[in-house]
Amino acid sequence: MGIKVEMNRDTAVALVSGEIDHHSASEIREKIDNFVRTNNLKELILDFSKVSFMDTSGIGLILGRFKLARSLGVNFKVINIPEKMRRIINLSGIKNLGIFE
Amino acid sequence: MQIECVNEVNISFPSKSSNESFARAAISAFVSQLDPTIDEITDIKTAVSEAVTNCIAHAYKSGIGTIYINSKIFSNGKIVIKIKDKGTGMENVQQAMEPLFTTGGSERAGLGFAVMKSFMDKIKVSSKPDRGTTVTMEKSIIRRLAKSDR
Ligand SMILES: Nc1ncnc2c1ncn2[C@@H]1O[C@H](COP(=O)(O)OP(=O)(O)O)[C@@H](O)[C@H]1O
Ligand SMILES: [Mg+2]
Repeated sequence: MGIKVEMNRDTAVALVSGEIDHHSASEIREKIDNFVRTNNLKELILDFSKVSFMDTSGIGLILGRFKLARSLGVNFKVINIPEKMRRIINLSGIKNLGIFE
Repeated sequence: MQIECVNEVNISFPSKSSNESFARAAISAFVSQLDPTIDEITDIKTAVSEAVTNCIAHAYKSGIGTIYINSKIFSNGKIVIKIKDKGTGMENVQQAMEPLFTTGGSERAGLGFAVMKSFMDKIKVSSKPDRGTTVTMEKSIIRRLAKSDR
């Protein structure tokens, strides 16, 4: 599991890699939230291209960051969800939030 | 033809969250002898991850307990996975299984049981407050049992 956040002007891109579960989600969450709270952002993007597995802890991770971003007036997007994870995303109903590209 | 159990595995481990990935990997290795598709493996790994996470995040939330997994493969390609804890148990299983219901706070989606239900063919949950919970799930893998095991 890995998490790397990069700042590009006022957009932060968080590249998540490996498996997202209840164990790994807490570290990913802390890294992202720290970054979002200590930088002046216009947009937060979660890049899931390198995620190899996720369970509903990944759904919780996305929802939690969505709420944090919204509370700070930061634009929020999730990009590059691998095909394997489409089913869990569809089942969760979070597609309706309009945060996926 | 009579349906019989052709293979079985028992695993137990402490409820440390680092064991979530171990449990997924162990069960996925065990069922791989049925030659499942990538989608079938993903479904099983996700369901196991949900059930094991519930033992860690809910049943044993205030300490470390033991999680027990028993898995069986049957001659007709059916897999049965039983995941058991001796933790807090649940007062109301039906309510707990409703989508979005959670007692786990803002980072839990309340969708674990919904995923187990939809990714597996069958799920049965039995639970007693202060005694623990057993989740039993089944999935049939389209018959691809290795010849030697038939
Ligand atoms: N093994 C368990 N022991 C005790 N309570 C459980 C167990 N599994 C599930 N629960 C209860 O059921 C609720 C719903 O579980 P689930 O659908 O997996 O969602 P989540 O884990 O996100 O809360 C949990 O919040 C918890 O209250
Ligand atoms: Mg759960």
